[in-house]
Amino acid sequence: MEDFGHASLRRLLAALPGAAQETHARLGDATALVDRARLIEVLQLLRDDRELQFDMLTDVTAVDLLPRTPRFEVVYHLYSLPRNHRVRIKARVPEEDPQIDSAVSLYPSANWMEREVWDLYGIRFRGHPDLRRLLLYEEFEGHPLRKDYPKERRQPLVGPRN
Amino acid sequence: MAEPYFPSEPFRGEDDFERDLHTQHQIVNMGPSHPATHGTVKFLVELDGENIVNLDVQVGYLHRGFEKECESGTWYQAIPYTDRLNYNSAVLANLAFCLAVEKLLELETPERCQWLRVMASELSRIADHLTRCGAACLELQAMTPFLYGIEARELTWDHLEMLCGARVTSNFIRIGGVKHDMPAGFPESCRAYVARTRELLRDFDDVVTSNRIFVDRLRDTGVIDRETCIRYAVTGPMLRSTGEPLDLRKAEPYLVYDRIDFDVPVGSVGDNYDRYLVCVEEMHQSLRIVEQCLTQLEKLGPGPVNVLDPRVRWPAKGRVFNRMEELIQQFKAVTEGPRVPAGEAYAAVESANGELGFYLVSDGSAVPVKVRCRPPSLINLAPMPDMLKGAYLADLIPTFDFINMVGGECDR
Repeated sequence: MEDFGHASLRRLLAALPGAAQETHARLGDATALVDRARLIEVLQLLRDDRELQFDMLTDVTAVDLLPRTPRFEVVYHLYSLPRNHRVRIKARVPEEDPQIDSAVSLYPSANWMEREVWDLYGIRFRGHPDLRRLLLYEEFEGHPLRKDYPKERRQPLVGPRN
Repeated sequence: MAEPYFPSEPFRGEDDFERDLHTQHQIVNMGPSHPATHGTVKFLVELDGENIVNLDVQVGYLHRGFEKECESGTWYQAIPYTDRLNYNSAVLANLAFCLAVEKLLELETPERCQWLRVMASELSRIADHLTRCGAACLELQAMTPFLYGIEARELTWDHLEMLCGARVTSNFIRIGGVKHDMPAGFPESCRAYVARTRELLRDFDDVVTSNRIFVDRLRDTGVIDRETCIRYAVTGPMLRSTGEPLDLRKAEPYLVYDRIDFDVPVGSVGDNYDRYLVCVEEMHQSLRIVEQCLTQLEKLGPGPVNVLDPRVRWPAKGRVFNRMEELIQQFKAVTEGPRVPAGEAYAAVESANGELGFYLVSDGSAVPVKVRCRPPSLINLAPMPDMLKGAYLADLIPTFDFINMVGGECDR
Protein backbone atom coordinates (compact mmCIF):
# COMPACT_ATOMS: atom_id res chain seq x y z
CA MET A 1 0.00 0.00 0.00
CA GLU A 2 1.10 3.49 -0.79
CA ASP A 3 1.14 6.68 1.28
CA PHE A 4 0.83 9.11 -1.67
CA GLY A 5 3.16 11.54 0.11
CA HIS A 6 0.78 12.13 3.03
CA ALA A 7 2.35 11.98 6.49
CA SER A 8 -0.88 10.60 7.95
CA LEU A 9 -0.94 7.56 5.68
CA ARG A 10 2.83 7.01 6.01
CA ARG A 11 2.69 6.92 9.82
CA LEU A 12 -0.45 4.79 9.80
CA LEU A 13 1.10 2.18 7.50
CA ALA A 14 4.39 2.15 9.42
CA ALA A 15 3.04 2.10 12.98
CA LEU A 16 0.07 -0.22 12.55
CA PRO A 17 0.89 -2.70 9.79
CA GLY A 18 -2.17 -4.56 8.62
CA ALA A 19 -4.70 -2.11 10.03
CA ALA A 20 -5.28 -0.34 6.73
CA GLN A 21 -6.94 -2.35 3.99
CA GLU A 22 -6.85 0.30 1.28
CA THR A 23 -5.46 3.79 0.86
CA HIS A 24 -6.01 6.47 -1.72
CA ALA A 25 -5.47 10.19 -2.06
CA ARG A 26 -7.76 10.99 -4.95
CA LEU A 27 -8.68 14.66 -5.31
CA GLY A 28 -6.11 15.44 -2.62
CA ASP A 29 -7.98 13.83 0.28
CA ALA A 30 -5.79 11.31 2.13
CA THR A 31 -8.04 8.35 2.82
CA ALA A 32 -7.52 5.02 4.57
CA LEU A 33 -9.97 2.15 4.77
CA VAL A 34 -9.26 0.35 8.03
CA ASP A 35 -10.35 -2.84 9.70
CA ARG A 36 -13.30 -1.98 11.94
CA ALA A 37 -11.89 -4.07 14.78
CA ARG A 38 -8.81 -1.83 14.85
CA LEU A 39 -10.56 1.53 14.42
CA ILE A 40 -9.93 2.80 17.95
CA GLU A 41 -6.26 1.83 17.70
CA VAL A 42 -6.00 3.81 14.46
CA LEU A 43 -7.77 6.88 15.83
CA GLN A 44 -5.61 6.77 18.95
CA LEU A 45 -2.45 6.71 16.83
CA LEU A 46 -3.67 9.60 14.69
CA ARG A 47 -4.51 11.64 17.77
CA ASP A 48 -1.40 10.96 19.84
CA ASP A 49 1.37 10.70 17.25
CA ARG A 50 3.74 13.68 17.54
CA GLU A 51 4.00 14.01 13.80
CA LEU A 52 0.25 13.87 13.12
CA GLN A 53 -1.62 15.41 16.09
CA PHE A 54 -5.14 15.01 14.71
CA ASP A 55 -6.82 16.75 17.63
CA MET A 56 -10.22 17.38 16.05
CA LEU A 57 -12.69 14.76 14.89
CA THR A 58 -14.65 17.09 12.67
CA ASP A 59 -17.18 14.68 11.21
CA VAL A 60 -18.60 11.20 11.58
CA THR A 61 -21.05 9.89 9.04
CA ALA A 62 -21.97 6.71 7.21
CA VAL A 63 -22.64 5.70 3.63
CA ASP A 64 -25.14 3.03 2.60
CA LEU A 65 -23.73 1.24 -0.44
CA LEU A 66 -26.66 -1.13 -1.04
CA PRO A 67 -26.52 -3.67 -2.76
CA ARG A 68 -22.78 -4.01 -2.14
CA THR A 69 -21.51 -6.12 0.76
CA PRO A 70 -20.39 -5.16 3.31
CA ARG A 71 -23.18 -2.68 3.07
CA PHE A 72 -22.15 0.28 5.22
CA GLU A 73 -19.10 2.45 5.50
CA VAL A 74 -18.60 4.62 8.56
CA VAL A 75 -16.56 7.69 7.63
CA TYR A 76 -14.47 9.81 10.00
CA HIS A 77 -12.95 13.14 9.01
CA LEU A 78 -10.09 14.37 11.16
CA TYR A 79 -8.33 17.69 11.23
CA SER A 80 -5.12 18.68 12.93
CA LEU A 81 -5.01 22.20 14.27
CA PRO A 82 -1.21 22.34 14.90
CA ARG A 83 -0.30 20.70 11.57
CA ASN A 84 -3.20 21.98 9.43
CA HIS A 85 -3.82 18.74 7.59
CA ARG A 86 -6.74 16.37 7.20
CA VAL A 87 -7.32 12.67 6.86
CA ARG A 88 -10.39 10.53 6.17
CA ILE A 89 -10.73 7.15 7.86
CA LYS A 90 -13.34 4.68 6.71
CA ALA A 91 -14.41 1.33 8.14
CA ARG A 92 -16.77 -1.16 6.54
CA VAL A 93 -19.69 -2.48 8.56
CA PRO A 94 -21.82 -5.43 7.39
CA GLU A 95 -25.61 -5.37 7.44
CA GLU A 96 -25.94 -8.52 9.61
CA ASP A 97 -23.84 -7.07 12.41
CA PRO A 98 -24.18 -3.30 12.14
CA GLN A 99 -21.89 -2.14 14.91
CA ILE A 100 -18.53 -0.54 15.46
CA ASP A 101 -16.57 0.75 18.45
CA SER A 102 -17.45 4.20 19.69
CA ALA A 103 -14.83 6.97 19.50
CA VAL A 104 -16.37 9.04 22.30
CA SER A 105 -13.63 8.14 24.78
CA LEU A 106 -11.04 9.64 22.40
CA TYR A 107 -13.05 12.49 20.94
CA PRO A 108 -16.10 13.86 22.81
CA SER A 109 -17.26 15.42 19.54
CA ALA A 110 -18.13 11.91 18.36
CA ASN A 111 -20.97 11.75 20.90
CA TRP A 112 -23.68 13.57 18.97
CA MET A 113 -22.41 12.59 15.54
CA GLU A 114 -22.49 8.88 16.43
CA ARG A 115 -25.98 9.34 17.82
CA GLU A 116 -26.96 10.82 14.48
CA VAL A 117 -25.47 7.88 12.57
CA TRP A 118 -27.33 5.45 14.85
CA ASP A 119 -30.51 7.44 14.33
CA LEU A 120 -30.37 7.67 10.55
CA TYR A 121 -28.46 4.49 9.58
CA GLY A 122 -29.04 2.12 12.47
CA ILE A 123 -25.37 1.44 13.10
CA ARG A 124 -24.67 0.79 16.78
CA PHE A 125 -21.60 2.21 18.49
CA ARG A 126 -20.23 -0.11 21.16
CA GLY A 127 -19.30 1.70 24.34
CA HIS A 128 -21.21 4.89 23.54
CA PRO A 129 -22.33 6.49 26.83
CA ASP A 130 -25.78 7.57 25.68
CA LEU A 131 -26.84 6.09 22.35
CA ARG A 132 -30.24 7.74 21.88
CA ARG A 133 -31.69 8.98 18.64
CA LEU A 134 -30.55 12.54 17.94
CA LEU A 135 -32.82 14.03 15.30
CA LEU A 136 -35.83 11.73 15.28
CA TYR A 137 -38.00 10.61 18.18
CA GLU A 138 -37.73 7.34 20.07
CA GLU A 139 -41.00 5.94 18.62
CA PHE A 140 -39.78 6.33 15.05
CA GLU A 141 -39.49 3.00 13.26
CA GLY A 142 -36.55 2.29 11.02
CA HIS A 143 -33.57 4.35 9.96
CA PRO A 144 -34.48 6.73 7.16
CA LEU A 145 -31.14 7.30 5.45
CA ARG A 146 -30.86 3.61 4.59
CA LYS A 147 -31.37 3.20 0.88
CA ASP A 148 -34.17 0.67 1.41
CA TYR A 149 -36.22 3.12 3.48
CA PRO A 150 -38.72 4.60 1.01
CA LYS A 151 -38.64 8.37 0.79
CA GLU A 152 -42.43 8.61 0.70
CA ARG A 153 -43.04 6.58 3.85
CA ARG A 154 -44.93 8.58 6.45
CA GLN A 155 -45.00 7.90 10.18
CA PRO A 156 -47.20 9.48 12.83
CA LEU A 157 -45.53 12.31 14.72
CA VAL A 158 -45.45 11.30 18.33
CA GLY A 159 -44.96 14.02 20.88
CA PRO A 160 -42.43 13.92 23.71
CA ARG A 161 -43.28 11.60 26.57
CA ASN A 162 -42.78 13.91 29.52
CA MET B 1 -22.60 24.64 43.91
CA ALA B 2 -24.87 23.51 46.70
CA GLU B 3 -25.31 19.83 47.49
CA PRO B 4 -28.35 18.29 45.86
CA TYR B 5 -30.08 17.52 49.13
CA PHE B 6 -29.32 19.46 52.29
CA PRO B 7 -29.01 17.68 55.61
CA SER B 8 -31.78 18.79 57.90
CA GLU B 9 -30.79 21.50 60.29
CA PRO B 10 -32.07 22.12 63.80
CA PHE B 11 -35.08 24.39 63.94
CA ARG B 12 -34.07 27.49 65.87
CA GLY B 13 -37.35 29.35 66.11
CA GLU B 14 -39.60 31.25 63.75
CA ASP B 15 -37.19 34.17 63.26
CA ASP B 16 -34.20 32.05 62.25
CA PHE B 17 -33.57 33.56 58.84
CA GLU B 18 -30.15 31.95 58.42
CA ARG B 19 -31.61 28.48 58.19
CA ASP B 20 -31.00 26.79 54.85
CA LEU B 21 -34.19 26.02 53.01
CA HIS B 22 -34.84 22.48 52.00
CA THR B 23 -35.02 22.45 48.25
CA GLN B 24 -35.52 19.77 45.70
CA HIS B 25 -34.28 19.78 42.17
CA GLN B 26 -36.81 20.89 39.66
CA ILE B 27 -37.04 19.79 36.05
CA VAL B 28 -38.03 22.54 33.66
CA ASN B 29 -38.85 22.12 30.00
CA MET B 30 -37.77 25.06 27.85
CA GLY B 31 -39.01 24.90 24.32
CA PRO B 32 -39.23 23.52 21.70
CA SER B 33 -41.01 26.80 21.07
CA HIS B 34 -39.99 29.32 23.67
CA PRO B 35 -40.28 33.11 23.34
CA ALA B 36 -36.79 33.70 24.73
CA THR B 37 -34.97 31.48 22.29
CA HIS B 38 -34.87 31.82 18.56
CA GLY B 39 -34.71 28.40 17.04
CA THR B 40 -36.73 25.29 17.65
CA VAL B 41 -34.84 23.37 20.30
CA LYS B 42 -35.81 21.87 23.61
CA PHE B 43 -33.82 22.24 26.79
CA LEU B 44 -34.52 19.86 29.61
CA VAL B 45 -33.07 21.75 32.56
CA GLU B 46 -32.56 20.35 36.03
CA LEU B 47 -32.51 23.27 38.39
CA ASP B 48 -31.36 23.75 41.94
CA GLY B 49 -33.03 27.02 42.78
CA GLU B 50 -31.86 29.20 39.92
CA ASN B 51 -28.74 27.19 39.10
CA ILE B 52 -28.48 24.66 36.32
CA VAL B 53 -27.47 21.23 37.60
CA ASN B 54 -28.02 19.30 34.41
CA LEU B 55 -28.94 20.22 30.91
CA ASP B 56 -30.12 18.02 28.09
CA VAL B 57 -30.32 19.67 24.71
CA GLN B 58 -32.80 17.98 22.39
CA VAL B 59 -32.59 18.88 18.73
CA GLY B 60 -34.35 17.57 15.66
CA TYR B 61 -37.61 19.53 15.65
CA LEU B 62 -36.81 20.94 12.21
CA HIS B 63 -35.56 17.69 10.72
CA ARG B 64 -36.97 17.41 7.23
CA GLY B 65 -34.72 14.84 5.61
CA PHE B 66 -32.35 17.15 3.78
CA GLU B 67 -29.84 14.40 3.05
CA LYS B 68 -32.49 11.89 1.97
CA GLU B 69 -34.04 14.45 -0.36
CA CYS B 70 -30.66 15.35 -1.88
CA GLU B 71 -29.91 11.68 -2.47
CA SER B 72 -33.04 11.27 -4.58
CA GLY B 73 -32.64 14.21 -6.98
CA THR B 74 -29.96 15.38 -9.36
CA TRP B 75 -26.86 17.26 -8.24
CA TYR B 76 -28.40 20.56 -9.31
CA GLN B 77 -31.63 19.92 -7.42
CA ALA B 78 -29.74 19.83 -4.15
CA ILE B 79 -28.63 23.46 -4.38
CA PRO B 80 -32.01 25.05 -3.46
CA TYR B 81 -32.16 22.73 -0.44
CA THR B 82 -28.81 24.01 0.77
CA ASP B 83 -30.36 27.50 0.83
CA ARG B 84 -32.71 26.26 3.51
CA LEU B 85 -29.97 25.04 5.83
CA ASN B 86 -28.82 28.28 7.37
CA TYR B 87 -31.40 30.78 6.23
CA ASN B 88 -29.34 33.71 7.48
CA SER B 89 -26.42 32.95 5.22
CA ALA B 90 -27.73 30.81 2.39
CA VAL B 91 -24.90 31.65 0.00
CA LEU B 92 -22.32 30.01 2.25
CA ALA B 93 -24.14 26.67 2.16
CA ASN B 94 -24.59 26.94 -1.64
CA LEU B 95 -20.88 27.60 -1.89
CA ALA B 96 -19.79 24.68 0.26
CA PHE B 97 -21.95 22.25 -1.72
CA CYS B 98 -20.83 23.58 -5.11
CA LEU B 99 -17.16 23.55 -4.10
CA ALA B 100 -17.49 19.88 -3.15
CA VAL B 101 -19.19 19.01 -6.46
CA GLU B 102 -16.56 20.99 -8.36
CA LYS B 103 -13.89 19.07 -6.49
CA LEU B 104 -15.42 15.82 -7.75
CA LEU B 105 -15.64 17.21 -11.28
CA GLU B 106 -12.15 18.76 -11.00
CA LEU B 107 -13.40 22.10 -12.25
CA GLU B 108 -11.60 25.42 -11.90
CA THR B 109 -13.98 28.39 -11.94
CA PRO B 110 -13.09 31.69 -13.70
CA GLU B 111 -11.51 34.42 -11.64
CA ARG B 112 -14.44 36.81 -11.93
CA CYS B 113 -16.76 34.12 -10.62
CA GLN B 114 -14.50 33.57 -7.61
CA TRP B 115 -14.55 37.25 -6.64
CA LEU B 116 -18.33 37.33 -7.00
CA ARG B 117 -18.61 34.25 -4.81
CA VAL B 118 -16.39 35.80 -2.15
CA MET B 119 -18.42 39.01 -2.20
CA ALA B 120 -21.74 37.20 -1.90
CA SER B 121 -20.48 34.99 0.91
CA GLU B 122 -19.14 37.95 2.89
CA LEU B 123 -22.46 39.77 2.54
CA SER B 124 -24.10 36.60 3.87
CA ARG B 125 -21.70 36.45 6.77
CA ILE B 126 -22.57 40.04 7.70
CA ALA B 127 -26.30 39.22 7.61
CA ASP B 128 -25.71 36.19 9.81
CA HIS B 129 -23.65 38.03 12.42
CA LEU B 130 -26.15 40.90 12.47
CA THR B 131 -28.94 38.45 13.18
CA ARG B 132 -26.94 36.83 15.94
CA CYS B 133 -25.98 40.08 17.68
CA GLY B 134 -29.34 41.77 17.08
CA ALA B 135 -31.40 38.83 18.26
CA ALA B 136 -29.18 38.40 21.31
CA CYS B 137 -29.93 42.00 22.29
CA LEU B 138 -33.63 41.43 21.73
CA GLU B 139 -33.64 38.38 23.95
CA LEU B 140 -31.83 40.37 26.62
CA GLN B 141 -34.73 42.85 26.42
CA ALA B 142 -32.96 45.54 24.38
CA MET B 143 -35.13 46.50 21.44
CA THR B 144 -33.17 49.48 20.04
CA PRO B 145 -29.92 47.73 19.07
CA PHE B 146 -32.00 44.97 17.49
CA LEU B 147 -33.56 47.57 15.20
CA TYR B 148 -30.13 48.97 14.26
CA GLY B 149 -29.01 45.44 13.48
CA ILE B 150 -32.13 44.70 11.47
CA GLU B 151 -31.79 47.91 9.47
CA ALA B 152 -28.26 46.89 8.53
CA ARG B 153 -29.46 43.39 7.74
CA GLU B 154 -32.24 44.73 5.52
CA LEU B 155 -29.65 46.75 3.61
CA THR B 156 -27.48 43.63 3.31
CA TRP B 157 -30.41 41.63 2.02
CA ASP B 158 -31.32 44.41 -0.42
CA HIS B 159 -27.87 44.08 -1.91
CA LEU B 160 -27.99 40.30 -1.91
CA GLU B 161 -31.29 40.68 -3.76
CA MET B 162 -29.66 42.96 -6.33
CA LEU B 163 -26.88 40.44 -6.73
CA CYS B 164 -28.76 37.13 -6.52
CA GLY B 165 -32.41 37.95 -7.24
CA ALA B 166 -33.68 36.78 -3.87
CA ARG B 167 -33.28 38.09 -0.36
CA VAL B 168 -33.03 35.02 1.81
CA THR B 169 -32.93 31.85 -0.27
CA SER B 170 -30.54 33.20 -2.84
CA ASN B 171 -29.71 30.03 -4.84
CA PHE B 172 -26.89 32.10 -6.33
CA ILE B 173 -23.95 29.72 -6.59
CA ARG B 174 -24.13 27.10 -9.33
CA ILE B 175 -21.91 24.17 -10.12
CA GLY B 176 -19.03 25.72 -12.04
CA GLY B 177 -20.06 29.32 -11.56
CA VAL B 178 -22.67 31.72 -10.32
CA LYS B 179 -26.17 32.48 -11.59
CA HIS B 180 -25.20 35.74 -13.27
CA ASP B 181 -22.81 38.66 -13.07
CA MET B 182 -23.57 41.61 -10.80
CA PRO B 183 -26.06 44.12 -12.25
CA ALA B 184 -25.12 47.57 -13.55
CA GLY B 185 -24.81 50.12 -10.79
CA PHE B 186 -24.12 47.50 -8.14
CA PRO B 187 -20.62 48.68 -7.12
CA GLU B 188 -21.79 52.26 -6.41
CA SER B 189 -24.81 51.09 -4.46
CA CYS B 190 -22.72 48.57 -2.55
CA ARG B 191 -20.12 51.18 -1.60
CA ALA B 192 -22.90 53.36 -0.18
CA TYR B 193 -24.13 50.28 1.68
CA VAL B 194 -20.70 49.64 3.17
CA ALA B 195 -20.52 53.23 4.46
CA ARG B 196 -24.05 53.11 5.89
CA THR B 197 -23.46 49.74 7.54
CA ARG B 198 -20.32 51.07 9.21
CA GLU B 199 -22.44 53.92 10.63
CA LEU B 200 -25.08 51.51 11.86
CA LEU B 201 -22.46 49.28 13.43
CA ARG B 202 -21.08 52.36 15.19
CA ASP B 203 -24.57 53.17 16.51
CA PHE B 204 -24.94 49.55 17.58
CA ASP B 205 -21.57 49.72 19.28
CA ASP B 206 -22.51 52.95 21.10
CA VAL B 207 -25.61 51.50 22.72
CA VAL B 208 -24.42 47.96 23.33
CA THR B 209 -20.70 47.34 23.73
CA SER B 210 -20.15 49.25 26.96
CA ASN B 211 -23.71 49.07 28.18
CA ARG B 212 -23.59 47.99 31.81
CA ILE B 213 -26.58 45.63 31.64
CA PHE B 214 -25.38 43.99 28.45
CA VAL B 215 -21.82 43.58 29.72
CA ASP B 216 -23.02 42.12 33.02
CA ARG B 217 -25.20 39.59 31.25
CA LEU B 218 -22.45 38.51 28.84
CA ARG B 219 -19.15 38.75 30.67
CA ASP B 220 -18.03 35.47 32.28
CA THR B 221 -21.17 33.64 31.20
CA GLY B 222 -21.07 30.58 28.97
CA VAL B 223 -17.30 30.26 29.31
CA ILE B 224 -15.60 27.61 27.21
CA ASP B 225 -11.85 27.04 26.99
CA ARG B 226 -9.72 26.27 23.96
CA GLU B 227 -9.14 22.60 24.84
CA THR B 228 -12.86 21.90 25.31
CA CYS B 229 -13.55 23.54 21.96
CA ILE B 230 -10.99 21.34 20.24
CA ARG B 231 -12.23 18.16 21.92
CA TYR B 232 -15.76 18.95 20.77
CA ALA B 233 -14.53 20.02 17.29
CA VAL B 234 -16.09 23.45 17.82
CA THR B 235 -15.11 25.96 15.13
CA GLY B 236 -15.97 29.48 14.06
CA PRO B 237 -16.39 32.52 16.32
CA MET B 238 -16.85 30.22 19.31
CA LEU B 239 -13.37 28.74 18.91
CA ARG B 240 -11.85 32.10 18.01
CA SER B 241 -13.29 33.68 21.16
CA THR B 242 -10.96 31.40 23.15
CA GLY B 243 -7.90 32.82 21.40
CA GLU B 244 -7.37 30.16 18.74
CA PRO B 245 -7.14 31.93 15.36
CA LEU B 246 -8.47 29.04 13.23
CA ASP B 247 -10.24 30.42 10.19
CA LEU B 248 -10.47 28.21 7.11
CA ARG B 249 -10.24 31.31 4.94
CA LYS B 250 -6.65 31.62 6.23
CA ALA B 251 -5.82 28.00 7.11
CA GLU B 252 -6.97 26.41 3.84
CA PRO B 253 -7.64 29.35 1.52
CA TYR B 254 -10.33 28.56 -1.02
CA LEU B 255 -11.46 30.82 -3.89
CA VAL B 256 -9.34 33.98 -3.81
CA TYR B 257 -9.08 34.46 -0.04
CA ASP B 258 -5.29 34.18 -0.21
CA ARG B 259 -5.24 37.39 -2.24
CA ILE B 260 -7.45 39.37 0.14
CA ASP B 261 -6.20 41.46 3.01
CA PHE B 262 -8.21 40.82 6.18
CA ASP B 263 -7.58 40.03 9.83
CA VAL B 264 -8.93 37.23 12.01
CA PRO B 265 -10.14 38.64 15.34
CA VAL B 266 -9.69 36.48 18.42
CA GLY B 267 -10.89 36.73 22.00
CA SER B 268 -9.10 35.71 25.17
CA VAL B 269 -11.59 34.45 27.76
CA GLY B 270 -14.06 32.47 25.67
CA ASP B 271 -17.18 33.97 27.25
CA ASN B 272 -20.25 35.40 25.55
CA TYR B 273 -18.82 38.91 25.59
CA ASP B 274 -15.75 37.74 23.65
CA ARG B 275 -17.97 36.00 21.15
CA TYR B 276 -19.94 39.22 20.71
CA LEU B 277 -16.76 41.25 20.15
CA VAL B 278 -15.37 38.68 17.69
CA CYS B 279 -18.60 38.79 15.68
CA VAL B 280 -18.66 42.58 15.53
CA GLU B 281 -15.06 42.73 14.39
CA GLU B 282 -15.70 40.03 11.80
CA MET B 283 -18.44 42.18 10.32
CA HIS B 284 -15.96 45.05 9.93
CA GLN B 285 -13.48 42.67 8.29
CA SER B 286 -16.19 41.37 5.96
CA LEU B 287 -17.00 44.92 4.91
CA ARG B 288 -13.31 45.37 4.09
CA ILE B 289 -13.40 42.20 1.99
CA VAL B 290 -16.53 43.39 0.14
CA GLU B 291 -14.75 46.64 -0.76
CA GLN B 292 -11.72 44.75 -2.07
CA CYS B 293 -14.00 42.50 -4.13
CA LEU B 294 -15.72 45.52 -5.69
CA THR B 295 -12.36 47.06 -6.61
CA GLN B 296 -11.12 43.80 -8.10
CA LEU B 297 -14.32 43.16 -10.05
CA GLU B 298 -14.15 46.64 -11.56
CA LYS B 299 -10.49 46.14 -12.38
CA LEU B 300 -11.13 42.76 -14.01
CA GLY B 301 -13.83 44.10 -16.29
CA PRO B 302 -16.53 41.99 -17.94
CA GLY B 303 -15.72 38.33 -18.37
CA PRO B 304 -17.15 34.85 -18.00
CA VAL B 305 -18.67 33.92 -14.64
CA ASN B 306 -19.21 30.25 -15.49
CA VAL B 307 -16.92 27.51 -16.68
CA LEU B 308 -17.50 26.51 -20.27
CA ASP B 309 -17.69 22.83 -19.44
CA PRO B 310 -20.52 21.03 -21.26
CA ARG B 311 -20.89 18.61 -18.35
CA VAL B 312 -22.37 21.29 -16.10
CA ARG B 313 -23.27 24.28 -18.26
CA TRP B 314 -26.36 24.55 -20.36
CA PRO B 315 -25.78 25.78 -23.89
CA ALA B 316 -26.72 29.35 -24.83
CA LYS B 317 -30.45 29.78 -25.46
CA GLY B 318 -30.03 31.19 -28.95
CA ARG B 319 -28.20 28.08 -30.05
CA VAL B 320 -30.68 25.75 -28.35
CA PHE B 321 -33.51 27.16 -30.44
CA ASN B 322 -31.63 26.97 -33.73
CA ARG B 323 -29.30 23.97 -33.64
CA MET B 324 -29.92 20.28 -33.15
CA GLU B 325 -26.84 19.38 -31.08
CA GLU B 326 -27.43 22.11 -28.52
CA LEU B 327 -31.11 21.22 -28.32
CA ILE B 328 -30.19 17.61 -27.48
CA GLN B 329 -27.60 18.79 -25.00
CA GLN B 330 -30.09 21.09 -23.29
CA PHE B 331 -32.71 18.32 -23.19
CA LYS B 332 -30.32 15.88 -21.59
CA ALA B 333 -28.95 18.47 -19.17
CA VAL B 334 -32.45 19.33 -17.95
CA THR B 335 -34.00 15.88 -17.80
CA GLU B 336 -30.99 13.93 -16.55
CA GLY B 337 -28.76 16.50 -14.92
CA PRO B 338 -24.98 16.46 -14.93
CA ARG B 339 -23.12 13.21 -14.37
CA VAL B 340 -20.43 13.47 -11.75
CA PRO B 341 -17.40 11.11 -11.87
CA ALA B 342 -17.38 8.33 -9.29
CA GLY B 343 -15.48 9.13 -6.14
CA GLU B 344 -15.71 10.93 -2.83
CA ALA B 345 -14.80 14.45 -1.82
CA TYR B 346 -14.98 16.68 1.22
CA ALA B 347 -14.91 20.44 0.87
CA ALA B 348 -15.41 22.94 3.65
CA VAL B 349 -15.87 26.68 3.91
CA GLU B 350 -15.67 29.01 6.89
CA SER B 351 -19.33 29.79 7.42
CA ALA B 352 -20.61 32.31 9.94
CA ASN B 353 -20.81 29.55 12.56
CA GLY B 354 -17.67 27.63 11.72
CA GLU B 355 -16.61 24.86 9.41
CA LEU B 356 -19.46 24.05 7.04
CA GLY B 357 -18.43 21.05 5.00
CA PHE B 358 -19.97 18.73 2.48
CA TYR B 359 -18.92 15.11 2.07
CA LEU B 360 -20.18 13.76 -1.22
CA VAL B 361 -20.03 10.28 -2.67
CA SER B 362 -20.81 9.69 -6.33
CA ASP B 363 -21.10 6.44 -8.26
CA GLY B 364 -20.75 8.20 -11.59
CA SER B 365 -24.48 8.69 -12.14
CA ALA B 366 -26.62 11.82 -12.14
CA VAL B 367 -27.90 11.15 -8.59
CA PRO B 368 -25.62 11.45 -5.54
CA VAL B 369 -25.09 8.36 -3.40
CA LYS B 370 -24.36 10.41 -0.33
CA VAL B 371 -24.72 14.08 0.54
CA ARG B 372 -23.50 14.77 4.03
CA CYS B 373 -23.59 18.27 5.44
CA ARG B 374 -21.27 18.83 8.38
CA PRO B 375 -23.40 21.32 10.29
CA PRO B 376 -21.43 23.69 12.53
CA SER B 377 -24.63 24.64 14.40
CA LEU B 378 -25.15 21.08 15.63
CA ILE B 379 -21.55 20.43 16.53
CA ASN B 380 -21.12 23.77 18.32
CA LEU B 381 -24.24 23.06 20.36
CA ALA B 382 -22.91 19.78 21.79
CA PRO B 383 -20.68 21.30 24.55
CA MET B 384 -23.50 23.56 25.76
CA PRO B 385 -24.28 21.44 28.89
CA ASP B 386 -20.61 21.67 29.90
CA MET B 387 -20.64 25.45 29.43
CA LEU B 388 -23.67 25.94 31.65
CA LYS B 389 -23.20 23.56 34.59
CA GLY B 390 -23.71 25.60 37.72
CA ALA B 391 -24.66 28.75 35.85
CA TYR B 392 -27.90 30.68 36.31
CA LEU B 393 -30.85 29.72 34.17
CA ALA B 394 -30.83 33.28 32.79
CA ASP B 395 -27.32 32.70 31.37
CA LEU B 396 -28.70 30.03 29.10
CA ILE B 397 -30.32 32.68 26.90
CA PRO B 398 -27.22 34.69 25.86
CA THR B 399 -25.12 31.53 25.64
CA PHE B 400 -27.59 29.95 23.27
CA ASP B 401 -27.75 33.19 21.27
CA PHE B 402 -24.02 33.40 20.78
CA ILE B 403 -23.66 29.73 19.90
CA ASN B 404 -26.09 30.81 17.17
CA MET B 405 -27.74 27.50 16.56
CA VAL B 406 -29.81 27.73 13.40
CA GLY B 407 -32.52 25.09 13.36
CA GLY B 408 -32.51 24.59 9.61
CA GLU B 409 -28.84 23.72 9.57
CA CYS B 410 -28.70 21.92 12.91
CA ASP B 411 -31.58 19.55 12.21
CA ARG B 412 -31.42 19.40 8.40
